[in-house]
Amino acid sequence: MATNLLAPGHTACLGCGEALAARLVVNAAGPSTIIAEATGCLEIISSRYPESAWNVPWIHSLFDNTAAVAAGIAAALRATGREGQVNVLSQGGDGATADIGFGPLSGAWERGHDVLYVCYDNEAYMNTGIQRSGLTPFHARTSTSPPGRQSLGNPTLKKDLPAIAVAHGVPYVATTSVGWPRDIERKVKKALSIRGPKYLQIHVPCPLGWGFDPSQTVDLAKLAVSSGLYPIFEYENGILTGSMKVKPVPVEEYLKRQVRFRHLFAAAKPELEEQVRAIQAVADANLVKYQMVTPPAEAPTGA
Amino acid sequence: MKRVMEGSMGVSEMVRLCRPKVVAAYPITPQTHIVENLSQFVANGQLQAEFVNVESEFSAASVVLGASATGVRSYTATSSQGMLLMNEVVYNIAGLRLPVVMTLANRAISPPLSIWNDWQDSLSVRDAGWIQLYAEDNQEAADMHVQAYRIGEDPRVALPVMVCMDGFILTHAFEPIDIPEQAEVDAFLPEYQPLYKLDPADPVTVGAFMEPDKYMEARYLIHQAVAQAAPVVEEVAESFRAAFGRYQGGLVDAYRCEDAEVIFVTLGTLASVAKSAADQMREAGKRAGVLRIRCYRPFPTKQIRQILGKGAKVAVLEKALALGVGSIIAPEIRNALYGSDTPVNGYILGLGGRDVPPATLERIFDHAAAGRSADGLFVDLKAEHLGDEAFAAWQAQWKE
Repeated sequence: MATNLLAPGHTACLGCGEALAARLVVNAAGPSTIIAEATGCLEIISSRYPESAWNVPWIHSLFDNTAAVAAGIAAALRATGREGQVNVLSQGGDGATADIGFGPLSGAWERGHDVLYVCYDNEAYMNTGIQRSGLTPFHARTSTSPPGRQSLGNPTLKKDLPAIAVAHGVPYVATTSVGWPRDIERKVKKALSIRGPKYLQIHVPCPLGWGFDPSQTVDLAKLAVSSGLYPIFEYENGILTGSMKVKPVPVEEYLKRQVRFRHLFAAAKPELEEQVRAIQAVADANLVKYQMVTPPAEAPTGA
Repeated sequence: MKRVMEGSMGVSEMVRLCRPKVVAAYPITPQTHIVENLSQFVANGQLQAEFVNVESEFSAASVVLGASATGVRSYTATSSQGMLLMNEVVYNIAGLRLPVVMTLANRAISPPLSIWNDWQDSLSVRDAGWIQLYAEDNQEAADMHVQAYRIGEDPRVALPVMVCMDGFILTHAFEPIDIPEQAEVDAFLPEYQPLYKLDPADPVTVGAFMEPDKYMEARYLIHQAVAQAAPVVEEVAESFRAAFGRYQGGLVDAYRCEDAEVIFVTLGTLASVAKSAADQMREAGKRAGVLRIRCYRPFPTKQIRQILGKGAKVAVLEKALALGVGSIIAPEIRNALYGSDTPVNGYILGLGGRDVPPATLERIFDHAAAGRSADGLFVDLKAEHLGDEAFAAWQAQWKE
């Protein structure tokens, strides 16, 4: 077996979806890759001085500037005639990507640097202790969106970052999930075959942050997709060119297995059931929008 | 060849001759002309570089960080709020030991919004780990950029260098500037040889985190690197003199200090005003001298001790202030003179582009010569904007 470019021995939690996905990503990208990494779990688990888990050149600058650092790397490669010979991978968690680092990311997309940006989406600021981010889903409990008498958890819908990437004219925008390792590898390779900006958002369940047993990471990842809550798709040049086909399962099957949604099922109250139906509506809309049920005409109706 | 040109053009021409591979910038007055010129050079094919038009100063600094870490010479420029927005990255560039060169066209800080000159922007990052050079005229501003790359890229240094030039006073002023030939600059400034770089052929991990048992040593080593850059700054100034026949000082530039009764200590273009005022005062029997700090970081403690501390009273002229404290530079001069009984007065003047005429400096001379003390004493405030009570209270400070 080939050497892992993200070596074992790092300090990730048991069952960490992000660490698994990051290894798949860098192995798919190969040794001729430079990584710019945002502050966050992945940085912390892999780069405690004097050790490093990275077998590719890797730089961590700050939490909020990763896309711009990667742009600088890409500009330097271009200026020295090496564009296309070395992959530039920029990566961070959902907070680094969708919130604090979004300005630089938007700028980098618009300028068109030859960089693959990978967002490891575990749907909250896990490294600082599970605080809400712009990619935290509706009604999820986090340490800064706790449910209480006046609250049912995170009050906002998940920011649609892939759509924002598509709106920038990013030629390749895709989502994937750690539930499908081969899909991650395929999309990384495909992305890197395209010159220009690329965005890949990977759903990576977090046992600690979401509240589930570490043995269930891949199962949870799969349920998120098959429920429709985490749609898996590809946009090429603004056109939806592919999506994962699923046999839809009710969102409860996914939500009930996580502490972060437990408050929605704490009592059999009509108002709580209504909120679960609201989440179901989000999932149903995704299944239709991204054509995840084959054929679309046979999507479940009235069932 | 000497040509009359804008200070910004002089800097742009010199930066072009330094052959940076990546230039990233975001527009802010009064820095704009410099980067406009550079973008034109790239558009004309006169500079083979990637010009990255970023969406903020924060990204400008981050792009040159990434480029420099990839092993290429990089350049950016900013002013004022741009420097404040870059702040986090400015510290990071220094800590990662990346020899980026930045021009800072010195400008006041908001609020109130002011596009005009003072040094609050650069002094706010004096402790970030950059070498800070301050130019007195446009020839020096241009020359400092060649010196800056040579200093910063020296393997004994490996630090970023900030060339500070007074906004408008220099950036927009036309003076004759000698721009050397490319071959002369190439001979003085060899191709950048990084100590480390991001390269798949030899993978390195950059920016690892450290636990309490190691962090302090890392900060100590960065601190030592900045402090130990001082002789390199002097050495490069001498090499520059040998190569180009111009010398504007090493770490400091002392003017008529030997027999002075009062020595003005200052930075940048204010030194020119002070030198001219000193000449005039000497005609009236007032022995004034000027010590210009050319390199503010590392701080030239040894040189300051050699020149000051010989009986002359010291009047530090600062276009900056630490809110709630007063002077920024004066306490550092006192610190450098620790153990001597030299009185060091701190005067705050010229904020937000307020003119500093020679008559003001003569008033300061008289105040210091009379043995009065000043610590962050504001100069030339106006009654009509302060109100009578505040104005009277300020006037009283001058009599203490």
